[in-house]
Amino acid sequence: MKAFAALFATLDQTTRTTVKVAALAEYFRNAPEADRLWTIALFSGRRPKRAITTTRLREWAAERAGIPLWLFEDSYGVVGDLAETIALVLPPPSTTHDASLGAWIDRLRALKDADDATRKAQVLAAWEGLVLLERLVFNKLLTGGFRVGISAGLMTRALAQALNRDEAELAHRLMGDWTPDNTTWADLIESHDPADRLSRPYPFCLAHGLEDAPERLGPPADWFAEWKWDGIRGQIIRRGGQTFLWSRGEELITDRFPELAALANHLPEGTVIDGEILSHDGTAPLPFATLQKRITRKTVPKKLLAEAPVILMAYDLLEVAGRDLRAHPFADRRARLETLVRALPEGTPLRPSPAIPFNSWNDLAATRATTRARRAEGLMLKRRTGPYHAGRKRGDWWKWKLDPLSIDAVMIYAQAGHGRRANLYTDFTFAVRDGDALVPFTKAYSGLTDAEFRQITAWVRKNTLDRFGPVRQVRPEQVFEIAFEGIQASPRHKSGVALRFPRMARWRHDKPVSEIDTLDTLRAMLARYG
Amino acid sequence: MVLTLTPNGLYCPAGDFHIDPWRPVARALITHGHADHARGGHGAYLATDIAAPVMRHRLGAITLDTILYGEVRQIGGAGVSFHPAGHVPGSAQIRVEVAGEVWVVSGDYKLEHDPFPTPFAPGRCHQFVTECTFGLPVFDWPDPAEVAREINAWWAANAAEGRFSLLGAYALGKAQRVLAMLDPSVAPILTHGAIEATNAVMRAQGFALPETRHVTPETDLRAMRGALVLAPPGALSGPWARRFRPASTGFASGWMRLRGVRRRRAADRGFVVSDHADWAGLNRAIAATGAETIHVTHGYTEVFARWLSDQGHDARVLRTEFSGETLDDGAEP
Repeated sequence: MKAFAALFATLDQTTRTTVKVAALAEYFRNAPEADRLWTIALFSGRRPKRAITTTRLREWAAERAGIPLWLFEDSYGVVGDLAETIALVLPPPSTTHDASLGAWIDRLRALKDADDATRKAQVLAAWEGLVLLERLVFNKLLTGGFRVGISAGLMTRALAQALNRDEAELAHRLMGDWTPDNTTWADLIESHDPADRLSRPYPFCLAHGLEDAPERLGPPADWFAEWKWDGIRGQIIRRGGQTFLWSRGEELITDRFPELAALANHLPEGTVIDGEILSHDGTAPLPFATLQKRITRKTVPKKLLAEAPVILMAYDLLEVAGRDLRAHPFADRRARLETLVRALPEGTPLRPSPAIPFNSWNDLAATRATTRARRAEGLMLKRRTGPYHAGRKRGDWWKWKLDPLSIDAVMIYAQAGHGRRANLYTDFTFAVRDGDALVPFTKAYSGLTDAEFRQITAWVRKNTLDRFGPVRQVRPEQVFEIAFEGIQASPRHKSGVALRFPRMARWRHDKPVSEIDTLDTLRAMLARYG
Repeated sequence: MVLTLTPNGLYCPAGDFHIDPWRPVARALITHGHADHARGGHGAYLATDIAAPVMRHRLGAITLDTILYGEVRQIGGAGVSFHPAGHVPGSAQIRVEVAGEVWVVSGDYKLEHDPFPTPFAPGRCHQFVTECTFGLPVFDWPDPAEVAREINAWWAANAAEGRFSLLGAYALGKAQRVLAMLDPSVAPILTHGAIEATNAVMRAQGFALPETRHVTPETDLRAMRGALVLAPPGALSGPWARRFRPASTGFASGWMRLRGVRRRRAADRGFVVSDHADWAGLNRAIAATGAETIHVTHGYTEVFARWLSDQGHDARVLRTEFSGETLDDGAEP
């Protein structure tokens, strides 16, 4: 635990990637196998199951600190991190423990079956022997929220350095829904037998946003263009007579989309397709809100299946007859994808995402202008000779999104954020004018710089009209340009509209409240783009 | 009432004076020289002899009378005396006695060791006006000797790799306290102009500060790799700091106790050094006054007043315009 806490401190104390990777690699070289496996799990979002409710943890911490629960909660509001708040309020330790990370996690998991009194005694005893930083790490294991500013990508790079292994190969091994409970270091990292890896998806290839003019990409003939669909990126796998559907978040979602699981029965053995899960009525995509109804449902009633049907809009073919195609040129993979789909029976919910032919970048720009009518987010550009990369690499794939819609609105409520935004007002509610009234229509919490957030926080503190719990009503004076990707009718909202991906594009210091947009403007946008 | 709150600030009707007023008044008693307590434009000032040089430096030609710690002055119907607050050199709690009733205004204060200010002196009173910048139980200051070791280890590691150590600290008080924590054998200590100006004032008063070098456009920075650069927090994010490359950045502030604040500043390191009382310090100071009524001013006022009420005190929130230790606005208190 001490070595892991020291690693955590190093990762936490630097903003430099090279230092982080070096520290992790060093840790991987020296830590025992079980600790290494858990570290990989924790840094790739695989947490031990929560053995104790956070309610009980709060109560025990407040009791041990000798403070009332309300004061603990108010402190949590300021700190913005439960594990940290607990670590901070407890009195200094009176003993020391020295157990490995793996041993601590085993102890925590044993608590799952213990009675409440045992749990409490064990947790208090643990707190009593850990210093501030170790307590923080221990509490993060307890609360199950382990975000430390290390991406799975950086972690993989460090592991590759420490083991002197190929990064992409390791990245592939680390995909899927393994946990330290159902695998071992040897199986996950060292085994040569792919049989136990039937369900394992490939790391998704991701695109950077196009910043320069597309002309900079060179001759149009080198590029393939298609729509960037507004659904859920997914990978469908047919291996060993079984079907697996993965989301980009490495979640196995086969059961949520039975129509896609059924379609895969027609796919030849050893097939992997990358595509977009899209709600679609057979002729055109439906609004994202339709798909949203499906995302959270673990089981799907017949009625919903009929109302919100989905298809897989296929982008790429990654595996054929069990052979990894990722190093092949895109054009080749795409041709094989079309062949494969043509062989499927009529009416299967799988189709290749249509190619957009273009002779000049100007042509393509004109097509891009019709994005909203297509219910897409923009265009994807793929180099015809490019491989299927693991992760986000520059150069071969670009997303060319549509410029967002925007509207000028006034801030009316502000709320403090969490984590690195704790104690800073970052979550705002915005309103447009409707006659003399202000009608709230959206929230937004991104798009400003840290300096701007600090500035607006100071302003909020001085211009609060009223408080409702953590929310402050502020003077309606600050005008922001709100950018968003789409607009839909929503009877649940007072304004009658819901925005897709709203964020603050600019703080309009130059604009008085009298000149903000009106509810009629929003309604006109709804009529045009909804 | 010995003291009341007016739009100008805390006012004593019996003595016709204000304490740390935020708008121009005829007569101002000043607890210490930070900008949110010692403002310009008042007719006459009264502060401790130790606080006076910095106030003159910051406010220019003001009509300033000085008083010693513990000396009692009669101002109209009020007996007034200044007592050490331990915040920065010359900082005071102001004691006001009218017809046997005693109020104490704490200004800003801390109970931890600091080589330069006169240590905090608790005193009995009926009503205590206290700051509570860090009035939450998560604020518990570490041993300053331990923090000094952390800073020096960070500096030495940076120096060994040829990096500057950029450290943000308030120009008045914090910077000098940090200077006294540094191990000058590591490498040279460079200062921003705002800090060097305060250093000069304090050196002239006889405070023994380690040797520092003021950074000017002529300073040969290539020869100074590995130096520790002490600057006000705001300067670290501005163009001034860009000349020091490569560098590791750190802040010395009570807010560094919170991980989220440190990460937001994108600082490599945060060192918990505060010139304000921590949770235990506030509670200890308040208990020592034996006061019946506690008025809490800047900081987590609502929460802290509720806590004090829970403990059986008569606690009230006093809405002042003091800002305490701020990091987010870049303003110096």
